[in-house]
Order: sequence, then C-alpha cells, then structure tokens
Amino acid sequence: MSEVLTREEPRSAVKSNVILDVQDLKIHFPIYGGLFQREVAAVKAVDGVSFQLYEGETLGLVGESGCGKSTTGLAVLRMLPVTSGKIVFEGVDITNYDQKQMRPIRRRIQMVYQDPFGSLDPRMTVADIVGEPLEIHKLHGNRAERRERVMELLEMVGLRHDMIDRYPHQFSGGQRQRIGIARALAVEPRLLICDEPVSALDVSIQAQVVNLFQELQDKLGISSIFVAHDLAVVRHVSNRIAVMYLGTIVEISSRDELYANPKHPYTKALMASIPVPNPIVEAGRAHHIIKGEVPSAQRPPPGCRFHPRCPQAMPICKEKVPELRPEGKGMVACHLFS
Amino acid sequence: MSKPLLQVRNLTTKFGNGPGAVTAVNNVSFDVDAGETLAIVGESGSGKSVTALSILQLVPDPPGRITGGEIVFDGIDLTKLNEDEMRAIRGNRIAMIFQEPMTSLNPSLTIGLQIGEPINLHKRLPWQKAYDKAKELLDRVRMPDARSRLANHPHQFSGGMRQRIMIAMALACQPKLIIADEPTTALDVTVQAQILELLKELTRETGSALILITHDLGVVARYADRVCVMYGGKIIETASALDLYAKPLHPYTRGLMASIPRLDQPAGLRLVPIKGQPPNLAQLPPGCSFNPRCGEVAERCRRDVPELMKADDKHMHACWMAPHV
Ligand SMILES: Nc1ncnc2c1ncn2[C@@H]1O[C@H](COP(=O)(O)OP(=O)(O)OP(=O)(O)O)[C@@H](O)[C@H]1O
Ligand SMILES: Nc1ncnc2c1ncn2[C@@H]1O[C@H](COP(=O)(O)OP(=O)(O)OP(=O)(O)O)[C@@H](O)[C@H]1O
Ligand code: SF4
Ligand SMILES: [Mg+2]
Ligand SMILES: [Mg+2]
Repeated sequence: MSEVLTREEPRSAVKSNVILDVQDLKIHFPIYGGLFQREVAAVKAVDGVSFQLYEGETLGLVGESGCGKSTTGLAVLRMLPVTSGKIVFEGVDITNYDQKQMRPIRRRIQMVYQDPFGSLDPRMTVADIVGEPLEIHKLHGNRAERRERVMELLEMVGLRHDMIDRYPHQFSGGQRQRIGIARALAVEPRLLICDEPVSALDVSIQAQVVNLFQELQDKLGISSIFVAHDLAVVRHVSNRIAVMYLGTIVEISSRDELYANPKHPYTKALMASIPVPNPIVEAGRAHHIIKGEVPSAQRPPPGCRFHPRCPQAMPICKEKVPELRPEGKGMVACHLFS
Repeated sequence: MSKPLLQVRNLTTKFGNGPGAVTAVNNVSFDVDAGETLAIVGESGSGKSVTALSILQLVPDPPGRITGGEIVFDGIDLTKLNEDEMRAIRGNRIAMIFQEPMTSLNPSLTIGLQIGEPINLHKRLPWQKAYDKAKELLDRVRMPDARSRLANHPHQFSGGMRQRIMIAMALACQPKLIIADEPTTALDVTVQAQILELLKELTRETGSALILITHDLGVVARYADRVCVMYGGKIIETASALDLYAKPLHPYTRGLMASIPRLDQPAGLRLVPIKGQPPNLAQLPPGCSFNPRCGEVAERCRRDVPELMKADDKHMHACWMAPHV
C-alpha cells in the first residue's frame, strides 16, 4: 500500500491500483490591474505538481501557509479552473469536464473541510445535513431509508442515534467535525479530500478525530488526501507524504522514509522547526533554524524556489529548476541529488 | 534565596454578573524568578490570556474585573496601582508581545517612531538618540537594512517581520519581565521557530524573565524552564519542564501527553484521546473541573475542589488522586 512510485512505472491512466493521477498540474490565479483591468500578473498557486494516489492509500500534503495545498485539493475536485496539466481519476481524464460531467464524479470524490463551525448550515438538522448528499445524488430514495442510512453513518463516526434531530450549534467542535465526515461518507466516495480537518479543534479533541480517520481507513479502505500543516498529525494518518513549497512538490516519500531520512533541505528545515514535546530530546537536538520567509507565489525565485533560504544552495540552484526525480525510496527535487 | 521577580497570589478574575458570570482565572498562584522562562500552557479558554491581562492590569472593565488576589512585581502590588502608575510600568519594566502584531502596531506611524517612543518617554532620551537606539534594536532582531526600514509603515512588513518589530519594541526599555501571548501562533512553522529562538536568545542576553503563553507542548519542551498547566481557569499542575514531561501527575496533563501525535514516537501508535469536551466556564461541575473527563475520578473529586498541593518542593498538582511522589 505504501510502496513508492518511481518514474519507471507507467504514468498514464489504466494502472489498476492508481485511483488518482495528477500530471504537471498548474493553477494560476490571474491578477488584474491597470487602466483596462488587464491581466498583469498571476499567483502561481500550484505550479507543476505531479503525484499519484493508490487505491486505499492516504497521501499527506504538508507545507507552510500559501504553498498550494488547498488549491491542489480543490483542483482535484475541479472546483477551480485548471491552467494546465492533467487530472485523471479512476482512469478517466476529468481535466476538462464541465459541471454536468462532474456530477457523477462528485459523488466519488468528497471533501472534509477545516472549519467545523462554518461548513455546516446552522438551520439544518443533522438528519438533513448528512442526508442531503443522498438526496442530491438520488440515493436511498425515500425518507425512511435515508434516515436509516444517516443513523448508520452517525454510528460509524461515533455519534449517537438520538443526536439525529439536533442542530449544529448543539454540538462541540469535535462532534461537528464528525458530522462533516459523516456527510462526506454518505455517498460512499472512493476518494476523500480532507483539508486541515483537525486544525481548528482543541488539542484534547484532535486525537478523537485523528483516531476516527484511522478507523475509517482500516474499515472502508477509502483513498484520501490529507492536507495539514501539522507534520506530527500528518505522519500519524498517512502512508505517503508530499512536501510542498511555493506551489511545487519538493519531496514525496513513504511516511517512515520521509521522517527517518528527509532529503530535501526544506523538508529537513521543516522537521527541525517542529519542537518535540520532550525537553530531554529537545536539549540534545540541533535547532537548524533557516533564515527568511516564504517568498511571494507571484514572483517565485528563479531556479530552485527554495534557494534564497537554503543552507546548502549551490550556483546551479539559482539558475536551473530541479526536477522531481527518484532518490532512494522516494522522489526529491533538489540539485544535491541530481 | 532572593525573592521571586513576580509573585501572583490567589488571583481571581471574573467576567459579567449574575448567573452568566464566568470566573476566567480562579484562585491562581505562581512565581516567576528573575531571568527564567515560565510557560503557561492550556487549551483555548483555559484562562491564559486573562492571566496575562490581569498582570498588566489590562482586563477590559466592564465586563471583566480582578476580584481578588495580589500581583507583586519587584516588591509592588500591581493591583493597588492607579492607571498612571501602571503606565509607567507597562512597556518599561514589563513588556508584552501579542499574537497578532497588527493589533498592537499603529498602522499610520513609521516603525521608527513606534519603537523610539517608549525609549523617548520612559528613558527620557532625546529623539535623535531614541531613533539610533531603535535602529540598534532592529539590528538585534536581525531586521535587514534596519536604518532604512525605520521609515516604513507596519503594512510594509511580513508577519514574521512585524513580530520581530514587536520584540524590538518589547526589548526597548530592557524590561525585567516580558509576557509573550502566543507570539507565533499566526506564523509559518519555520518562521515560528526563528522568532522563538530569537526571543529566547535575547532574553538570555538581557536577563529578562519571560512568561511564554502557548498551547503547544512542543514549544514548552524546547523553551521553558518551568511550566504551569491551566484547565478551566485554574492551574492544575506546575513543575520544572523536565519534571512535568518525565512524570506528569495530573490526569489532564497525562491525558494531553498521551493524546498528541508526536514526532519522537513511532508513527501509527494509537492515540489515547481525552474523553468528553473542554469545560464550559459558566457551568463548571462541583469539585474538580476535570472530573467529568477524568479516568480516575473518585467520590471526593465530585465534591471538593482540589487546590494546588505539593508533590515535592518544586512540583505541585491539583488532583485528589495524583500518585504520591
Ligand atoms: N482564489 C484565489 N485567488 C487568488 N489567489 C489565490 C486564490 N486562492 C489561493 N490563492 C493564492 O494561492 C496560493 C496558495 O494558496 P492555498 O490556499 O492553496 O495555500 P495553502 O497551502 O492551502 O495554505 P494554508 O496553509 O494557509 O491553508 C496563495 O498564495 C494564495 O494567496
Ligand atoms: N472580554 C471578555 N468578555 C467576556 N468573557 C471573556 C473575555 N475575555 C475572556 N473571557 C472569558 O475568559 C475565559 C478565558 O479566556 P482566555 O482568553 O484567557 O483564554 P485562553 O486560555 O487565552 O484561550 P486561547 O488559547 O483561546 O487564547 C474564556 O472562556 C472567556 O469566556
Ligand atoms: S536545489 Fe539547491 S537550493 Fe534547492 S534546496 Fe537543493 S540545494 Fe537548496
Ligand atoms: Mg489551505
Ligand atoms: Mg489567549
């Protein structure tokens, strides 16, 4: 399940166990300006991202604010115009699908959002919220059947049956996130895109939801993309992890390989920046703090985007964009490895 | 032994009146020694910020007020001072750094003026000298091109740079105590590390004590000498950082440690969540506030409120059932 993909394997479509194949995806947001409101520049939110997701696998997407994690997730759902590249889902190229063509696909790809407060309609009961996708996709025809299915889903996410007629405000943050997850699972999707699903929760509640994700993976075998900035949480739920920096993937590897043996200087910096809750470990740990901040996605640095902050930068790094290529058990985009 | 720099004794701060009133800080006592870093850690709503605001006499009144206790700083009880006397202490002998620097910076003034002002005011330095000092401070917080950046306005800086400016301002008058309330929560991980490292290094250099408020147990482990853990407006455990992580005594502290995924442990290890929900301050249960979520709850816990008790000289907890050390 957590085997790592290399370039040698066929990249295009019908490989039975690849559920999602993203190829050189670019999502640029135009910036308009000047007298005639012409396009004067673009935010290169996602700028050449490729990855494949296997059946039953969870791919973690980590990186700092603005690196393009959410944009990547939304693009897969085709909720954003694709600038270039390809999105192949279950062997079908959906890059240019229109809204109507996307409808049956939306049933198979569901999203769980960060904000358990904002993402649920306060005027709807749990029965309505969780049952709505069933209605939209015309599943479980009559009311009684739908209600039955909602009960089942509530049980699956650890909520009680008697909560079915309550409103969102009657639930805590962790419970609301469970409602969001139940709703996403209602239509039996094959792919779940989770955008920071635990970030807004209290520390003591996060574990409940993280555990729920693990149970659901074990039980349902759903594939998922798990977006988060917390590396410890991501490590917990993912089989493989992609590290993003300024719209690109700089390293992708199996979970254990990435944490035991990070290769890209940015991955290393990110790991070193995360304090471990153990003063003895911390006292013996070198704090390689990298300088500077993430540059603007509008004017990314030439060559390797990380070069202005990289402690190991070489002359070539300023000029040539490093390609993501196989290295050890994963893939790295860094001239140190080319 | 010399006296602690700051002694907070039985501090109680309330908001509102009548049945909806909440006790945000409930009979809290702790010390801060000169030069040490004390972390206050706890979940959202546990009373960390209100504790900081109480020390600074900045609790918004109404609806809030300090209803009891003493806050003795360098021999003076701050709760007895009037606003003028307090103003002479704030920004001078006690400085503060907040989570969102934009709310504490004036958007229409250059940062040269903003850093220079407290120096001019408290240290009575003429403006030119205060300005030079401001440049020096920006150098110290590693701001590139400090001299020319003095003329810039806050919006011309990134989040991390603004927080550096806040640190420069906090250091301006060589305070004995700096209170930093979640100073990096709004920043990127790599920038968070830069800022905390800088803060730690500079306080070490100047000998300022630091109260570091955070909800991140990793940050505490990396930077704190001592720790207070807050829950439902009370300190439920306090110890040296080493002792707290080596032998947490309160079930809540132990629960927290078991519930967070951590990079120093095998991946895939099942987390042990704390059951139930964080407390609602307006409806705290009788006895120990943690009792509805506690795995070791006994009859006494539902009846009597546990106050901090000594496990040993330096380690205290507020739990009836905590093991004896
Ligand atoms: N609709 C939009 N129009 C213009 N720019 C956008 C839009 N959405 C995102 N961006 C920009 O694209 C970049 C990537 O944003 P994205 O939301 O994908 O980042 P992220 O990795 O999810 O960050 P965070 O951790 O803060 O959620 C950012 O620079 C952002 O400002
Ligand atoms: N201005 C206010 N008016 C009314 N109640 C307040 C006010 N400020 C704080 N409180 C109450 O005091 C309690 C403690 O709040 P405090 O801001 O100290 O929490 P905290 O531990 O800093 O949490 P966080 O991690 O979210 O910053 C809260 O539950 C809140 O209800
Ligand atoms: S490619 Fe060069 S600049 Fe980029 S991370 Fe590697 S060494 Fe640093
Ligand atoms: Mg995002
Ligand atoms: Mg606070």
